[in-house]
Amino acid sequence: MEPTNTLFMAKAVIILVVFAITLGVAAYSTYFERKIAAFMQDRVGPDRAGPFGILQPLADAVKMFMKEDFIPSHANKWLFIMGPCLSMLTALMTSAVIPFGDTVTVAGVTFDLQGIDVNIGILWVFGIVSLGVYGILIGGWASNNKYALLGGIRAASQNISYELAMGLSIIAILMFSGSLSTKTIVEAQQNGHWNIFYQPLGFIIFIVCAFAECNRTPFDLPECETELIGGYHTEYSSMKLGFYLFAEYINMFISGAVMATLFFGGYDYPGYEFVANKLGETPAAFIGAGALIGKALFFVFVFMWVRWTLPRFRYDQLMNLGWTGLIPLSIYNVLVTGIGILSGQPIIAGIAGFVLLILGLIIYDQLTVKKKIA
Amino acid sequence: MIESFGYVLAFLVAGTGFMALVLTLARFIRPNRPNDEKLSTYESGEAPVGNANVRFNPRFYLYALLFVLFEIELILLFPWAVVFGDKQLAAASENWKHFALFEMLIFIGILGLGLAYAWVKGYLEWEKPNIQAEDFKSPVPPKAYEKFN
Repeated sequence: MEPTNTLFMAKAVIILVVFAITLGVAAYSTYFERKIAAFMQDRVGPDRAGPFGILQPLADAVKMFMKEDFIPSHANKWLFIMGPCLSMLTALMTSAVIPFGDTVTVAGVTFDLQGIDVNIGILWVFGIVSLGVYGILIGGWASNNKYALLGGIRAASQNISYELAMGLSIIAILMFSGSLSTKTIVEAQQNGHWNIFYQPLGFIIFIVCAFAECNRTPFDLPECETELIGGYHTEYSSMKLGFYLFAEYINMFISGAVMATLFFGGYDYPGYEFVANKLGETPAAFIGAGALIGKALFFVFVFMWVRWTLPRFRYDQLMNLGWTGLIPLSIYNVLVTGIGILSGQPIIAGIAGFVLLILGLIIYDQLTVKKKIA
Repeated sequence: MIESFGYVLAFLVAGTGFMALVLTLARFIRPNRPNDEKLSTYESGEAPVGNANVRFNPRFYLYALLFVLFEIELILLFPWAVVFGDKQLAAASENWKHFALFEMLIFIGILGLGLAYAWVKGYLEWEKPNIQAEDFKSPVPPKAYEKFN
């Protein structure tokens, strides 16, 4: 019984640490979002709470706690409370299967730096992300507000549309790994065999879909303030609004971690073998966990960078891109991947498919532009 | 493997506990002074008009129907991709991978045909308002905008 108990304790500690990391990163993402926005717009940004304003997330949390929270009289009370809770819960649950690091041995106990290594791994992430739309839809509907309802419906429509292309780009990865387990997918990419080299097109599709799934600019139509006031969270205040906003930042971090896991080798980094030989497996694994979080944070930065670079899409453009752009592209990607695996030259096939696609797009564009001008 | 799902439950419990803790904690320290004005539905400061369950574009339903179609495709593709990547099956028979890929292409092809049908029929197009031409003479030719719209 003794080893089982220690293993259980180790798992409990890991669950707490994973929660702490995701919540901490999400809290500080709000600070860095504002700092990066300020940097890009040549402003100072938050600088009053503590040195350089680093206590700003704490101040925001205190504000959220102290605000009055009221439920509109026409709202459906329990669904109104359930909406943000479901959003937050789904955001937190996705982090369970991310492999943060390889096997480590601490105080005689050997365990993985991962919440749970289940054989459905990536399917779990995909399913939970799909459930996330319920939080927004329920919140939007329960508010009994026109703007909120429209926001919720937009969110549902957008999320289900981009989910398809996202799933198809994951399938191209699965064709290499032959397993749904995130751990196996990462292990197949060790020593620099990162999937990004085999799947450049799949990565582009995935990152665009990740933007849409997180409701981030340029796809933040559900909370588009120029059209819908606050979108689905128009009627929310206090900690319930906080849950919605927090869920968005957690989703950003987790999607960054999933991108790192699927396409950028997870906890792999150049010189892993060398470090493992010099210092031992455990420190190397911990550095690997740092590398994964670093990659995820880089993607969080890309999310913010894009937010202050691109304007928002119009709704018909958004749906057009999803249905007539990304879905055919991702089917093409599955096809190219299949041919690449059959021919035994996946890298060449992947890059050739990508180049062919770009050439095709340029030719198509040239033909249609000439028609339009003439 | 099945006990791994016990940890899934642990995650669920920890997440729910965290949220319950935060919401209850906030309940005790925040003020609570509701009045009729605060509790009314927000509609840009005006008194709310009519039912909030407004009509919306039926196109959303079409997308939902198309989504169901493609989601079923995805559900079938996930196990297919795992079997396709299986090294043992590939080693067992030479033509296994060709067969699996070809079989799936037929399936995707039929669904792709459905998407193409919806596309050609214009179900994926959103109705756009007719914009009236103005007298203003812009140096930018109006055709140049078509490239973006």
